[in-house]
Amino acid sequence: MPPAALSVHLSIGQAYAWSVFKPPLESALGLSGTQSALPFQLGIVMLGLSAAFGGTLVERRGPRWAMTVALVCFSSGFLLSALGAATEQYWLIVLGYGFVGGIGLGIGYISPVSTLIKWFPDRPGMATGIAIMGFGGGALIASPWSAQMLESFGSDSSGIALAFLVHGLSYAVFMLLGVVLVRVPRTEKPVASGPSVVEGVQVSANSAVRTPQFWCLWVVLCMNVTAGIGILEKAAPMITDFFADTSTPVSVTAAAGFVALLSAANMAGRIAWSSTSDLIGRKNIYRVYLGVGALMYLLIALFGDSSKPLFILSALVILSFYGGGFATIPAYLKDLFGTYQVGAIHGRLLTAWSTAGVLGPLIVNWIADRQEEAGKHGAALYGLSFTIMIGLLVVGFVANELVRPVHPRHHVPAPRQEAVDVERQQPESA
Amino acid sequence: MSNDNSQSPPDRRPLIAFAWLWVGAPLAYGLYELVRKATQLFTG
Repeated sequence: MPPAALSVHLSIGQAYAWSVFKPPLESALGLSGTQSALPFQLGIVMLGLSAAFGGTLVERRGPRWAMTVALVCFSSGFLLSALGAATEQYWLIVLGYGFVGGIGLGIGYISPVSTLIKWFPDRPGMATGIAIMGFGGGALIASPWSAQMLESFGSDSSGIALAFLVHGLSYAVFMLLGVVLVRVPRTEKPVASGPSVVEGVQVSANSAVRTPQFWCLWVVLCMNVTAGIGILEKAAPMITDFFADTSTPVSVTAAAGFVALLSAANMAGRIAWSSTSDLIGRKNIYRVYLGVGALMYLLIALFGDSSKPLFILSALVILSFYGGGFATIPAYLKDLFGTYQVGAIHGRLLTAWSTAGVLGPLIVNWIADRQEEAGKHGAALYGLSFTIMIGLLVVGFVANELVRPVHPRHHVPAPRQEAVDVERQQPESA
Repeated sequence: MSNDNSQSPPDRRPLIAFAWLWVGAPLAYGLYELVRKATQLFTG
C-alpha cells in the first residue's frame, strides 16, 4: 500500500515545481510573471476545493476510483496544456493544468489517506507521513527533470508543448501503479495500542464540520502552514538580506543551496515527526510544532543575523515542523473522528492550507516591501513579519490546547456505520 | 474448502520489491539532485 500511495503523491507533488515552466512560458507566449503563475494558483485553489467537496465521494467510491480520477485529471491537464502550448492558446494551459489538473491534485492528495490509516491503525502517523512525504518529494524529482527536458526540447512553444506531453504520459504510467496496487483491508484491523485521544469514536464528515474540534484543528493547521510559508516564500532573499552587512555575506548560489536544504527538512519532517506522533501523541507533537516553532522564530528575530548556523538550524527546524504539521493532521483527525470518513474530513480541513497559502506570502512580502520603503534593510526587513508569525503560532498553540474529545451526540450510530463500511469495502477488497 | 486452505499464498515479495523500486528510483534521483544543490550552501 505505501508504494501505491507514493506513486500518486510523488506525481502530484510536481505542482510545487511549476516555477520551472514560468520563464520559458513568459518568453514564448509573452506573458507577465503574474500571468505565468495563474495555472499554479488555480491548481492550488482547485486542490482545496476538490478535496473539500470531493472528499465524501472519495470515501464512498474508494481509493482505486479516486486514484483513477486523479490520474485522468492530472495527466489530461498536462495533455491539454501541451495542446495550449502548441497552438499558443494560453487559456488552454490555465484550464488544463490549473482547473483539470487541480482537480487531480485534490482528489489525489486525499485518495490514500483513509486507506493507509486502515492498513496501519497502530501507526497512522507513520502511514500518512510516508504518503505526504511523497508530495514533498514530487517537486524534488520534477524540478530537475522538467528543467532537463526543457533544455533538450527547447524553450519555445513547441519545446514546452513536447515537455507537457511527456509529463502527461509519464505521470499517467507512473500513477497507474497506485491504481493497480491500492487495496482496502478486508476487515479493519484492531488497534493494539497508541496514545489516541479517543478510541472507537466514528463521526461523519458533515457532523465533523459542526464540531469545535474541527475548527480548532483548522486554526492549528492554518497557523502552522502560514509560519512555514513565511520562511519558504522568501528563503533565498531572506538569508542574503540577513547576512548582507556581515563579514560572511551569502552568495546567490549558496542561497539556492539553502532553499534546497529547506526542502529536505520539509520532506524529512513529514515522515520523522509524523511517526514520532504515534509514540508521543498528536496533541503533544503539535505542542512541539507550534511552541518550539515560535521559539525558533524568536531566536531568528533576536540573534539570527549574528550567527549563520543558528539562522540555518532554526529555519530548518521550522520547515521540518511545517512538513510535520501536514503529515500528522490526518492521524489527529483519525484520533478525534475515527476512520469512518476521515478522508472526507481531511479534504475539508485542507481549506486551511489554501487560506495559509494566501496569508503567509502576503504577510512576509507586504511587510518586507513596506519596511524597505521605510528605508530599512538587512534583517530589519523581516523583524515585524517574524513577530507576527510568533503571534500566529501562539494562536495555533492555544487552539491545540482547546481540542477535546468529540461530544457523543456527533457520533455515528454503530449499525449504520458498519453497513456503510461493508458496502464501501466490498468492491475494493478483491 | 480444504484445498483452498492447503494452497500456500502466492509469494508477493517480487511484486513488493518492484513497487518500491518503481517509486524509489525517481525519489533517489530527486534526492541526489537535492544533495548536489544543498552542498552549494557550504561551497558556494
